[in-house]
Amino acid sequence: MTTDVPRLDGPAADALLKVGRFFTKWEQTDDGRAQFREGGRAGDFFYRDRWSHDKVVRSTHGVNCTGSCSWKVYVKDGIITWEAQQTDYPSTGPDRPEYEPRGCPRGAAFSWYTYSPTRVRYPYARGVLLELYREAKHRLGDPVEAFREISTDPVKRRKYQQARGKGGLVRITWDEALEIAAASYVNTIKHYGPDRCVSFSPIPAMSMVSHAIGTRFNHLIGGAMTSFYDWYADLPVASPQVFGDQTDVPESGDWWDATYLMMWGSNVPVTRTPDAHWMAEVRYRGTKVVTVSPDYADNVKFADDWIPAQAGTDAALAMAMGHVILKENFVDRQSEYFTDYTKQFTDFGMLITLEEHPDGHGLVPGKFLTAADLDAHRDTSDAAFKTVMWDRATGAPAIPNGSMGHRYNEADQGMWNLDLGDIDPALTLLGEAGAEGVEVNLPCFEDPRGEGSIIKRGLPARRVEGRLVTTVFDLMLAQYGVGREGLPGVWAAGYDDPTVPYTPAWQEEITSVPAEAVTRLAREFAQNSEESKGRTMIIIGAGICHWFHADATYRAIIALLMMTGCIGRNGGGWAHYVGQEKCRPMTGWFNMANAMDWQRPPRTMIGTAYWYMHTDQWRTDGFSADRIKSPLSQGRLDGMHTADTVALSHRLGWMPFYPQFDVNPLDLADEAAAAVERGEFETPQAYVAARLKSGDLKSAVEDIDAPENWPRTMILWRSNLFGSSAKGAEYFSKHLLGTHNNVMENQHGADARPKVVKWHDEAPEGKLDLLITADFRMTSSTLLSDLVLPAATWYEKHDLSSTDMHPYVHAFTPAIDPPWETKSDFDLFADLATRISQFARKHLGVRKDLVAVALQHDTPGQIAQPGGHVPDWRGTDVDAVPGRNLPVLAVVERDYTAIADKLLTVGPLAEKLGFTVKNITYDVSHQVERLGRLHGVYPSGPAEGRPAINTDQRLAEAILTFSGTTNGELATQGFHTLERKTGRKLADLSAGSEEKLISFVQTQQSPQPVITSPEWSGSETGGRRYAAFTINTERLKPWHTLSGRMHFFLDHDWMTDAGENLPTYRPPLDMTRAYGEPELGPNGEKAITVRYLTVHNKWSIHSEYQDNLFMLSLGRGGPQAWLSVADARSIGVSDNDWVELTSANGVFVARAVVTSKLPDGICYVQHAQERTIDVPKSEATGRRGGIHNSVTRILLKPTHLIGGYAHQAYAFNYLGPTGVQRDIVSTVRRRSQEVQY
Amino acid sequence: MAPQRRRVMAQVAMVMNLDKCIGCHTCSVTCKQAWTNRSGLEYVWFNNVETRPGQGYPRTYEDQEKWQGGWVRTRSGRLQLRSGGRFKKLLSIFASPVQPEMHDYYEPWTYDYENLFQSPLSDDFPVARPKSLVTGDDMAITASANWDDSLGGSEASEAADPILVKLREEANLHIKTEYEKTFMFFVPRICEHCLNPSCMASCPSGAIYKREEDGIVLVDQDRCRGWRQCITGCPYKKIYFNHRTGKAEKCHFCYPRLEVGLPTVCSETCVGRLRYIGLILYDPDAVTAAALADDKDLYQAQLDVMLDPRDPQVIADAKASGIQPDWLEAAQRSPVYALIKHFKVALPLHPEYRTMPMVWYVPPLSPVVDLLKDQGHDSEAGGNLFGAIDALRIPLEYLAELFTAGDVEMVRLVLQKLAAMRSYMRDVTLGRPRQPELAAAVGMEERALEQMYRLLAIAKYDERY
Repeated sequence: MTTDVPRLDGPAADALLKVGRFFTKWEQTDDGRAQFREGGRAGDFFYRDRWSHDKVVRSTHGVNCTGSCSWKVYVKDGIITWEAQQTDYPSTGPDRPEYEPRGCPRGAAFSWYTYSPTRVRYPYARGVLLELYREAKHRLGDPVEAFREISTDPVKRRKYQQARGKGGLVRITWDEALEIAAASYVNTIKHYGPDRCVSFSPIPAMSMVSHAIGTRFNHLIGGAMTSFYDWYADLPVASPQVFGDQTDVPESGDWWDATYLMMWGSNVPVTRTPDAHWMAEVRYRGTKVVTVSPDYADNVKFADDWIPAQAGTDAALAMAMGHVILKENFVDRQSEYFTDYTKQFTDFGMLITLEEHPDGHGLVPGKFLTAADLDAHRDTSDAAFKTVMWDRATGAPAIPNGSMGHRYNEADQGMWNLDLGDIDPALTLLGEAGAEGVEVNLPCFEDPRGEGSIIKRGLPARRVEGRLVTTVFDLMLAQYGVGREGLPGVWAAGYDDPTVPYTPAWQEEITSVPAEAVTRLAREFAQNSEESKGRTMIIIGAGICHWFHADATYRAIIALLMMTGCIGRNGGGWAHYVGQEKCRPMTGWFNMANAMDWQRPPRTMIGTAYWYMHTDQWRTDGFSADRIKSPLSQGRLDGMHTADTVALSHRLGWMPFYPQFDVNPLDLADEAAAAVERGEFETPQAYVAARLKSGDLKSAVEDIDAPENWPRTMILWRSNLFGSSAKGAEYFSKHLLGTHNNVMENQHGADARPKVVKWHDEAPEGKLDLLITADFRMTSSTLLSDLVLPAATWYEKHDLSSTDMHPYVHAFTPAIDPPWETKSDFDLFADLATRISQFARKHLGVRKDLVAVALQHDTPGQIAQPGGHVPDWRGTDVDAVPGRNLPVLAVVERDYTAIADKLLTVGPLAEKLGFTVKNITYDVSHQVERLGRLHGVYPSGPAEGRPAINTDQRLAEAILTFSGTTNGELATQGFHTLERKTGRKLADLSAGSEEKLISFVQTQQSPQPVITSPEWSGSETGGRRYAAFTINTERLKPWHTLSGRMHFFLDHDWMTDAGENLPTYRPPLDMTRAYGEPELGPNGEKAITVRYLTVHNKWSIHSEYQDNLFMLSLGRGGPQAWLSVADARSIGVSDNDWVELTSANGVFVARAVVTSKLPDGICYVQHAQERTIDVPKSEATGRRGGIHNSVTRILLKPTHLIGGYAHQAYAFNYLGPTGVQRDIVSTVRRRSQEVQY
Repeated sequence: MAPQRRRVMAQVAMVMNLDKCIGCHTCSVTCKQAWTNRSGLEYVWFNNVETRPGQGYPRTYEDQEKWQGGWVRTRSGRLQLRSGGRFKKLLSIFASPVQPEMHDYYEPWTYDYENLFQSPLSDDFPVARPKSLVTGDDMAITASANWDDSLGGSEASEAADPILVKLREEANLHIKTEYEKTFMFFVPRICEHCLNPSCMASCPSGAIYKREEDGIVLVDQDRCRGWRQCITGCPYKKIYFNHRTGKAEKCHFCYPRLEVGLPTVCSETCVGRLRYIGLILYDPDAVTAAALADDKDLYQAQLDVMLDPRDPQVIADAKASGIQPDWLEAAQRSPVYALIKHFKVALPLHPEYRTMPMVWYVPPLSPVVDLLKDQGHDSEAGGNLFGAIDALRIPLEYLAELFTAGDVEMVRLVLQKLAAMRSYMRDVTLGRPRQPELAAAVGMEERALEQMYRLLAIAKYDERY
């Protein structure tokens, strides 16, 4: 053999091979490296066999991750084997990436739960409770009487309440579980009132049917449904403040249209895993990607520039960018694109009054000038809600179309639009006849302790009918410190002047980001926006949304997009993603879930205030409302405890609160009816108003700890409140549940008690009579529950899913039937309703219910309180008028014997009143009739003749049928309605889709793209990607705000007193002064106090998956806290050491993860780490370490309670105080490494 | 004596674009669920994802001084298993091979979840404690298959990341893992299905074979005798020992799916959309010579082994070698071939192991280190595009150690191509005049740049696989 061929190995091996070849012939390569042989592949069969399966079913995961990914679930021999992503999304078009595949490791690990040892297979009750109940029932014979006895006998009550969370669960039958649950419901309704029942189940979009069925049940009995989007602090309050909208954002496919993309506080690869590819891919189109994040987060990997702003200081960065953008594009030169855009679509051109501060601080901004201030217009309809511009064409004030004053009256029909007509609005009054430079005073919060100071700036102003006015634009330049020739005031010398807010150099001292970098960033931002006509996008999220002053921060960031014309543009705008809030088939879900077809209104409640009051966190809250006030406050927040602001918001109809009053609303309705009967009052409403005004009847919130005002029966499904979102989790355990807890005794707040809300020296422990949780796995909530109900998983039921992130609706489909004794949520509530209806025959019957609800957004309720004042009737001579400065009061009839029948049929109000969303009422009589033919109608009973929705599939069908996005007939009908209001052409957006009705079966076949509908603000017409507010910018439909435009300026009295009329920077809370926590930094020997940041977890979605064996195997296998290298070293902590994190609120025990990616001074404790997996006892209390939220508490910002005024008006999950937790600090110590369980 | 006709073989290969990898590990989980969630394989991840800098899985597997994987070129110019020649292997077959032990992988565990239901009434919350899946005892978790995840460096990785160690010891390059200079990227790994598999050469039983039609390397479960020499032989440590069956198992490129026209599980479920599968035609008789090239020539030598599927001579040779027309067609439209050989943006993982790996990688871009510098590879300013490549956070030397046996220039050129593509496409996106010089600067045609953009960015399903 020739030797010039490269050879393997050595001569000995060659010899060996030759011997082998002598015995067996085979073909080989010339170098003898490879041999070609036949056969020997029998082993292949093993994997082929493993791959085989019987069927593949489409489903998804209902987990509030915003993914809404469609999955293939594989089934073999009746067993779910594994899952993989579907790839059959409708195409985005030839020149774009597709949505396929969507999924993440968490979803891919889901099937583990089906047969896992943490699967809840049967109903359970705590043995202590069960014994007490059985004994009482045996003796008394009646379940309701039995439950009443054990829940009212102090000894028995204490006994079962204190056992909560401590094991001792025993298996029971469904029959008995439902009996106990129903007994508690009936007892609560009968003896305390239906509004003492409370339900919590978040995020409808993640499984609409499962959400709707329980919510529908809750509203049929008259219970309170607590909100979640605001409670999770996922609601960006800035959105209703700026846009008058809950949250409306682009689908991720629209990131592809951006030509400049910032990720600001949003760790896209971790929290938007299936969407991250758009961000990665758009870079290849030449889009620059910039990340703002204190840590080297996973998304920084993709950035061209990493802006490592200190945690919580983002608004300082944004204000400095705004300074540069305003100066270089509105003053030094004028960008035509920016100018035209801001005139038409923002309040830049609106006039604001300037007033003398009552305490002699000089001129300060006042209110929007309105038609009510102008002689010629004073008497027009809703004049106080018509904002005014300075018209350069006429040299006079002008009232443009489209403000809220044009929305709710007949006279202005067709004028609610953004067509400026002949008006040539002045952005600035500088140079206008009659204008002069005046000095104004503005609040500033640069002091890290949060103390405000006053800055003096100049702007042009003139008189209009006696009032001194300027424009919002002029105020913005003043606020941002952008000086102009000839104006008085203190101005920065240049970008490098660190002494004057809000220059780039000024922000450097706060954020640590070099001034030059910020200047460059701002220039790139503006340049791109101008060249691309608004294709600059900011993806923004929980990293900044969860701070106390997140609304201010968001406004500062959104302002950048508004001034550069990026909102309402494909590829531009704010892309806020926290929470899966977008239920695309909105009208159907909303009306079915709220049982609007049977009775109205529902009791919806702001979650944050509910838990803040009912878990008694207000009792140790030393951070009262006047701590957020401006140095220019006019006193309306002075001395107010946050609990008192909650009470005020309820009594003025700003926000709901439940229980509503200190009496059973069923009894109140009877009393009111009797009073009307007696001729003492015209209406029940007048009766209630009079009693409230006299003080004879009180808001329940004013004596929240009185037993008659406690929540009594509570049900959780699709949720894990106690292991996930419960800020101040230990207070929940202590006060709501009455069991052991880790609250550290502290007297904080003792010197600042509320004046209105009554103080009891002894705080109640154990308010709830019964806690019921339905779940398919064991969580902190099931451990604490009195009854644990076994739920079907997402692979075992029918449901619907949708999200912000993509424009499709798709289905859950059972791969297997619910195994063991598990039940779908649908069946659970159907059974529970049936049982309650049975007990009701004896105990409840038909009752009237006096329901109090807040003044609502997108209803005339938002024009109830003109001027944005505080028309308090308590202790003043102001009248208390329902629907004006009192809640809206309604009387609802509840037939408690018919709950099940109503739950499972479409009620008659559907065709009588129609279904209303965003002030557009849809006539659905055709749809009701169609459903009746499709599903059949109930033949007899209370729901006789009504269409059946008595299976999960049928309820899904109803949701799709009643929504414009999935039923083209309704979309077009809604647009025609909107055309009449706006006088603008709109119906063409859905024209041609009238025949399209997406059925549930279609959603099971493949994800279905939705139809453009007035339920949302963007257009998908012609296959374009969804971007919010494109209908506003392209069709001139107003935003749902006071001016009809996007707002830089907010003029409610409380916004003024909080110093937040305009975008501004507010530092993270000083927790030392506010709550007596240690100062940040080293803290005694081997301890350090750091900002406790509960970032999202790569290995879980909220608490889901954090107990999943696969995820635990890929992570660190248990609770963890991430520390910087230097911070860890300073307290002697090495990687994987056990540490304890404490605050006055409780303790979290975890293993340290020491990483170079974190800066010093912050600690990452991933969100929703429960206490179920590998949590030892703590050294601090000797009890089991807590969940991540054991160290936190509720921090409630009172300005979020503003209501009854224009776009600052309540709607469920739309506006309300957010449950923020980012400002929390914690002290970290290395603990004994010998842990006990 | 040269053969009359060149022998042509087909190899299924993969390219992963690390620039798009988000480190989500979906690939790992879907693979695990489909193939290895069985007893005996608890610690086995046919597909895993490593955070860099970091130690990898099993830890420090790249340290071949220690683990003795792959091939070496002997002084006499032959190719020999690093762990010793076949003769030596035969003689030492009963000795315990050099291979990672449990602590180099990790001790798999579960939890006593049952306690959450069964705990009797006590005075505190029940909890599920970790239990070893090996011993059944309580255990403390100190390692996993992904311990370094998303750390962006730590003291441990600085000391034990084999690449950092090598750069420090051999190139005197001290790369600190500290906040100001943090860098981080992810490397998903499956079996390389090498053209010159050292695992196969290591197997005393001949149980490992490479399928003729597609080059997939498999372990014949009937013939495997559990010698575990393959584990030593594989420098990527992608062969695992099933403790239950006593046999070796490894990534099989999802052949049961491939055979019915489906991509691998890891590819189809990759939500970063960064995996490409395609056929490569190669000359099996050229493999050994290529594997013997000098370290820095290995990349080019491996490219040369791959044949142009549109070359008429190659087509003729392929047909003569029994390659079917549909396979030839697949080779011609192979995105993998395009990225590896046509655009030359994909690079092999550790070519210096000389196994001729068939899973290649597009290296990642990263943010610039210094915010103050008035430059960015931000695709906006074509002018200073290339200067910025050296200012990126991921040291080029680090990438070069992974993909080019230390040749920094080659890595730089690839990153420049990506940067040029971005810059060029920005003009297209914004409707500005195009700048052909941007393509020329990286030695590409404008049209090629646009094709590459389409493949990397649009990446439709049927163009990825």
